[in-house]
Amino acid sequence: MLTGKHTWVFNNRPVILSTGVTGGPFEANGHLADDFDILHDDLYMGKETYEKAHQFLLEEAVGKVMEKRQMTKDDIQFFLAGDLINQITPSSFAASTHGIPYLGLFGACSTSMEGLALSAFIVNYDGAEYVITGASSHNAAVEKQFRYPTEYGGQKPPTAQWTVTGAGAALVGKNKGQDENHPCITSATIGKVIDMGLSDPFNMGGAMAPAAADTIIKHLQDLKLEPDHYDLIVTGDLGRIGQKAALDYMEQQGVKLDPQKFRDCGLMIYTEDQEVFSGASGPGCSAAVFYGHLLKRMKQGEFKRILVVATGALLSPLSFQQGQSIPCIAHAVAVEYKNT
Amino acid sequence: MPKKNLNPEQQKYQQLQKQHELKRPVLMNCIRAFWVGGLICMIGQAITYFYIYFFNFTEQTAGNPTVATLIFIVMLLTGFGIYDHLGQFGGAGSAVPVTGFGNAVISAAIEHRSEGYVLGVGGNIFKLAGSVIVFGTFSAFVVALIKTIIGMIGG
Repeated sequence: MLTGKHTWVFNNRPVILSTGVTGGPFEANGHLADDFDILHDDLYMGKETYEKAHQFLLEEAVGKVMEKRQMTKDDIQFFLAGDLINQITPSSFAASTHGIPYLGLFGACSTSMEGLALSAFIVNYDGAEYVITGASSHNAAVEKQFRYPTEYGGQKPPTAQWTVTGAGAALVGKNKGQDENHPCITSATIGKVIDMGLSDPFNMGGAMAPAAADTIIKHLQDLKLEPDHYDLIVTGDLGRIGQKAALDYMEQQGVKLDPQKFRDCGLMIYTEDQEVFSGASGPGCSAAVFYGHLLKRMKQGEFKRILVVATGALLSPLSFQQGQSIPCIAHAVAVEYKNT
Repeated sequence: MPKKNLNPEQQKYQQLQKQHELKRPVLMNCIRAFWVGGLICMIGQAITYFYIYFFNFTEQTAGNPTVATLIFIVMLLTGFGIYDHLGQFGGAGSAVPVTGFGNAVISAAIEHRSEGYVLGVGGNIFKLAGSVIVFGTFSAFVVALIKTIIGMIGG
């Protein structure tokens, strides 16, 4: 049901029945290694190209989702996924492997929540019983497309971010009185594209922060909520710069968030020793951290209500070379878990 | 570059963002570039002396085998995934010497071999180094032209 201007409230409370999270070698050395279902020790993962490895990450994540529920592809009605690579081929090729009717999404790093919001909408209104949604990225494949060759010795500035090699997928299903056992998706806010005129492709967090702030403010306004309604408001990949900028920007707009309850997936996944500059990024970042790590902590009773705000920078290598600024977007999904 | 036509809201945000933006450690980068670049040049000098003392090269002719040797070393360092870390540390110090040029060519060749030898390696090998060649040749032409003209007028 549309509530306020741009927010859906899901009265039937679709549930996240299972998740699958895969990652690469850098993630295996990271902070959240225990929260991944499958970790690879090689960036190629036994494939000939990085792009095929990228596809494989998502295939495995989706496979894991079905395996955990002992389901087959015939039980799933739709598959919604996206990534950063040209024409989202890794997602489409993975959809071809699994043979589930597929909708390809592009929201850059906001794809994870774009997919979850749409899946919840479809399930909430009886469009499907089971939908799988996923997002993925592969560091070397993304670097190749957006920046320089992997082995090129260019110096990155401290504002840069590190693209996650990983995939996260979730099975969204109808709520058959399963509130007690599974996290429910309660609402979602669709963000608008915001361009603050920043044009440095090595500072995505700073460019994306206003989009995250705008979506959070809109979500709270639409649902007439105070920020402390959520135990945690977590952004996708704002990194160090974007997180602080978003907090300040929201304060300017009159919304004050508790910095302790405002976290960023891009600052959770790696350890302090790993050289990732301002933090992690990529569609696989928010997908892996939320589906792998945060849902686990919810199930352990640490958080009851989380608002996940995945942020995306909608640029292409061509657009920034032509001197265009970086338009950004953020989508928010609220998840609740009543385990007590 | 595209700083034009910002509306007041954009300007206000950019100011706010600037406060949080992490600055490049310019001084530290300069010191590191000095040492890394100097070290590479010192190795190059040692190789030059090696060719002069052990083979029949002169100071003028030892340049070519020295460059070839350095590029061979860089090829190995790039292939084994070491040079990109050196580049992150050394910055301009590892980019400006011939080793940086070699790394730009070799890394592009490795990266694009998945698209085949003709369209991949052949088509992309000068993706990064191409502009160095184009503008290097062009500026050499301009400098030579100026030198010739001055020589004609003065001579």
